[in-house]
Amino acid sequence: MTAFWILAPIMTIAALGILFVRKAVHAALLLAVVMISLAMLYAALDAPFLFAVQIIVYTGAILMLFLFVLMLVGVDASDSVVETIRGQRLLAMLGGLALGVLLIVGLGQVSLGTAVGLDRANSAGNIQALANLLFSRYVFAFEVTSALLITAAVGAMVLAHRERLTPRPQQSDLAARRVRDYQEKGTHLGPLPAPGVYARHNAVDTPALLPDGTPAESSVSRVLVARGTIRSAPAFADDIDEIEAQMGGMAHAGRDAAVPATTTEQAPATLSQPTRTGAGVTTRATTGDQTGGGDE
Amino acid sequence: MNVVAYVVLSGILFTIGCIGVLTRRNAIVVFMCVELMLNASNLALVAFSRQHGNLDGQVAAFFVMVVAAAEVVVGLAIIMTIFRTRRSASVDDASLLKY
Repeated sequence: MTAFWILAPIMTIAALGILFVRKAVHAALLLAVVMISLAMLYAALDAPFLFAVQIIVYTGAILMLFLFVLMLVGVDASDSVVETIRGQRLLAMLGGLALGVLLIVGLGQVSLGTAVGLDRANSAGNIQALANLLFSRYVFAFEVTSALLITAAVGAMVLAHRERLTPRPQQSDLAARRVRDYQEKGTHLGPLPAPGVYARHNAVDTPALLPDGTPAESSVSRVLVARGTIRSAPAFADDIDEIEAQMGGMAHAGRDAAVPATTTEQAPATLSQPTRTGAGVTTRATTGDQTGGGDE
Repeated sequence: MNVVAYVVLSGILFTIGCIGVLTRRNAIVVFMCVELMLNASNLALVAFSRQHGNLDGQVAAFFVMVVAAAEVVVGLAIIMTIFRTRRSASVDDASLLKY
């Protein structure tokens, strides 16, 4: 009974959490708590087979399926708070509470007498006893279950299948579409520029700098832009002088002697080496050193 | 070992699942609440199986689990199909039969 009094509050709180959390993923995780606690209660109720099945089938398979679908549908697909039927939420709460009170009061007055216990039924082992029942008295239900499972598998395949209405575009079609886009809309033919790469910070969330010092918006993923996790590239470029001053030493002195800091941004354009948009700040730093070397 | 406490806990969980089905709007969360109700009924079955000293309740709980697995597969496939056409998993958006 100790297990029950420990697990029952946990299960009740987790189940109430499913009602009140906003995100569906949190609800799935709380449901996992309820189901694992339930498995432990099965173990306490002399049902070791159901303990294993509860963990493997419910927590392992069904909840993972829920999480898969949540990931496909979109993790942040949270509930809308708009009531389509007026007073529906309040009425549902009242009705649910009435049902709960009815159940608890009704069940609380029942006296079931002393439990018989499963020691005798489980004497030859719980799984053996369950198998005896399953393949004798319940064998027809068991066979019908197989039909149900096959129907469910076929149904899921039919529902999830999508007929392809247009032929799949081949590589030559994609290439022709790119050239057509270039002709009609002037879209750049080549690949998109790479994001900014800095000695201090090397990440895909920082846009590259163009030769004139402006960030290249097309160099970062659209997904990151939509999430709002883009870092400011000019902020990284602006304090280069400050960082170099902190580092001190030769690089700073050599660079300052060669070229004034303000002209280095235009320096790549005048050099013969090709300027890649993806490496704005690195070219700025290296060309500073190169021109310095040339002057010496 | 008192079985009534288990049955009362099962009633509480069933009630919570019931309220969840009625109040939540996300179809997937509604489905999770249905699973919670099925689990609550399973707990009552296993508890009564212990009370009566035979294993029929455990066999019934086993069948409920099988049916729940099949139901989740088909239900989530339906939710995926609805989401694909409507870009929404809210139960209020699938109201075409009303008009």
